Amino acid sequence: MNAWIQAIISVFANPIFYKSTLNQSTPLILAALGGVYSETTGVVNIALEGIMLIGAFGGVVGSYFTGNPWYGLALGILLGVAMAALHAWATIRYAGDQIISGTALILLAQGITGFSLVELFGKPGSTDLVRSIPLVNLGSFENVPFFGRIFSSLSPLVYIAFASVAFSWFLIYKTRLGLRMRSVGNNPEAADTLGVNVYNIRYFGVLMSGVFASLGGAFLSIGELGQFTENMSNGRGFIALAAMIIGNWSPTGAMWAAILFGAASAFNDQLQSQGILHLATNTQYLFGMIPYIITLIVVGGLVGRSRAPSADGIPYIKD
Amino acid sequence: MDKSNEKDNSKYAVVMEKIVKRFPGVLANDHVDLFVKRGEIHAIVGENGAGKTTLMNQLYGLIKSDSGKIYVNGVETRIENPNDAINAKIGMVHQHFMLVNRLSVVENIVLGMEPVRGPFFARDSACKQINELSKKFGLFVDPDAIIEDLPVGIQQRVEIIKVLYRGAEILILDEPTAVLTPQETEELFEILRALKAQGKTVIFITHKLHEVMAITDSVTVMRLGKVTGVVKTSDTNPRELARMMVGRDVLLRVEKGSAKIGKEIFRVENLHVNENRGLEAVKGLNFSVKRGEIVGIAGVAGNGQSELIEAITGLRKVEEGRVIFKGVNITNFSPKRRRDMGMSHIPEDRLKHGLVLDFPLYYNFILGKHDNPRFCDGEFLRLIDIKRFSDELVKRFDVRPPIINLLGENLSGGNQQKVIIAREFSFNPDFIAISQPTRGLDIGAIEFIHKTIISMRDQGVGMLLISMELEEIFSLSDRILVMYEGQIMGEVTPQKTTTEEVGLMMAGHKLEDLRTQEA
Repeated sequence: MNAWIQAIISVFANPIFYKSTLNQSTPLILAALGGVYSETTGVVNIALEGIMLIGAFGGVVGSYFTGNPWYGLALGILLGVAMAALHAWATIRYAGDQIISGTALILLAQGITGFSLVELFGKPGSTDLVRSIPLVNLGSFENVPFFGRIFSSLSPLVYIAFASVAFSWFLIYKTRLGLRMRSVGNNPEAADTLGVNVYNIRYFGVLMSGVFASLGGAFLSIGELGQFTENMSNGRGFIALAAMIIGNWSPTGAMWAAILFGAASAFNDQLQSQGILHLATNTQYLFGMIPYIITLIVVGGLVGRSRAPSADGIPYIKD
Repeated sequence: MDKSNEKDNSKYAVVMEKIVKRFPGVLANDHVDLFVKRGEIHAIVGENGAGKTTLMNQLYGLIKSDSGKIYVNGVETRIENPNDAINAKIGMVHQHFMLVNRLSVVENIVLGMEPVRGPFFARDSACKQINELSKKFGLFVDPDAIIEDLPVGIQQRVEIIKVLYRGAEILILDEPTAVLTPQETEELFEILRALKAQGKTVIFITHKLHEVMAITDSVTVMRLGKVTGVVKTSDTNPRELARMMVGRDVLLRVEKGSAKIGKEIFRVENLHVNENRGLEAVKGLNFSVKRGEIVGIAGVAGNGQSELIEAITGLRKVEEGRVIFKGVNITNFSPKRRRDMGMSHIPEDRLKHGLVLDFPLYYNFILGKHDNPRFCDGEFLRLIDIKRFSDELVKRFDVRPPIINLLGENLSGGNQQKVIIAREFSFNPDFIAISQPTRGLDIGAIEFIHKTIISMRDQGVGMLLISMELEEIFSLSDRILVMYEGQIMGEVTPQKTTTEEVGLMMAGHKLEDLRTQEA
């Protein structure tokens, strides 16, 4: 028992835990933001998982062929937006079922990335190492005890993620466009009678979800390591959806929930790398469930207080 | 119609000429002509299903006409969507409000025409404009309130401001008084008079004939998709209008014998209930209902009536006090248990709480009784029995069309309400909580529903009736309680009070104060 307490305390006392929390949260924050954009306008987008995957793959491919990871990032976003456009086209233009379209896109993303991986890199499993986006060096701040170690050498995408939260909050709650997004997600008929173009606003929401989810995906591949592995998003798109719901469909709420999941995941990693606890392999798997168990508990506890936009998931068909 | 009028359209704000609109199976507008003079208040009256709203929806561009022309200020105008209507300075307040419930008052009003400052929505200047409009027309609202927290009466003000904010010169109001109290209606009329004084044109859809007489300048009467009369208000009377609307003579007042009052069946003691935001809405109510009597609760919308009825029927938590039914303390009973004990409920919002709109009628008829062995054999529904039962109800309650396979949403408002009433009355309840039973219904349906309610009373059922319609309260109730800000201002009987006295109580004056002032 003592060893456990000792291990937990040393995790929390270690700046690496906090650094790891930031890194683990970043893709979740970005993808959850994507979900917020889409669902605020009333389109459920479970394709986040697939968009992340294609964003991650695009990032590596772009970096591999141009040698510039920023071009990789751009390609990742481009592919992500293209995938979101497919979702928008199926669900808005043709009022298709949003869950089915989302599921199809996840499978499509897995197929495309798996196939292209072998075609472009000649082997399954993972790509070659490519150049990743350079980390941010904070100079003398890195000598500050504790905090210096948390914030040293973070990916610029970490900062972009948090800036995106602030940006999105202002956009959704403080601008004309945001007001229209919220009105379309809650009562498209009312918005329509006032001359708001329901379809355009929904296209915007879904395409923006493509931007942010693929940004989150690109962080996974070229944010630190510079490599793509098959099915790299590994359920993060769904965790991001959970973060969005727990965060009550608001950018800031989704961010806090994403940080909670990121911290749970970081805690699990750090606990196992302590070397104090010698866990059997099967026990390690058990620990790997921590973020998902937290999801279940938090969703169960908060589900009553969290309310989706009233018209979320309902296609709008003009008479 | 005078021939010279048809040639010269310029003195009319709106002319609709030979409008035809066909829906599958129905000719909703059959060559309808409408002439509305500039600066007048023009009523369009008719029963539900007469095609009034359909006609106005075409004027506002929500649906397209099959044929016919529209002239605005003498100029032929194509109105294909609400934007065209807004550009022609036409605004509409719909019967079912077009508000985004989660957004605030200010956001709802400016949506689609938001003032901006740089990249940002200029909320403060929007609020300022709204406050100006509020002051100008006496439409007071809190711009920061969230729509879903507001009572319907206030929501309607938001709708009117929304239209004015868009600079409308021609306002279409679709049954605006259906949810208002006499005082609120009088306030609305003041607003309408102010609008008229400033040269605005108002088209007022209603089926309340005394309102037509009180406020309008001219009337177009519709029945079954056709215009059956165009008259000046000063040249007509309610009886004549009613005949043109219904096609036969109607009873304008419900006939009832004296009540045979029995033992107490229902009581609340020191009842406290909160509203959605956690503020106290019902503040220590005490009253009882006896068998065979109708206790009416009068009051302005939003004074705790909705919370009261939800607490009584088990839909809302009681904070303090007791609810007693047949001598049993049912304060914490589930709605199901209350229903099984013989309590029925006719809810305020028939679309949200009364019916499952996409269920066929025969399922709607057994909602809440679906586990009754008469309709259910173990886990299996007895569809044949259910349908036979539904056929019976459809006949007994005159639901039209009498087709039990129709979906709830395909019926008109009056017939939806008949379905609910049929369901709630057909299981021999001992106590019925009724809320707004005739909101938005036409004369024929109101007549039928009132008769049905009286006949239930005469069978010894205790009833609590909540209505914003003072006329309804007066004509049905045996006793009247007036509610204001969650409290009872006084108890009167309809024979020994006046509309004015009840109106004052609805505005917050206690009965004992009023009576001592008189003495």
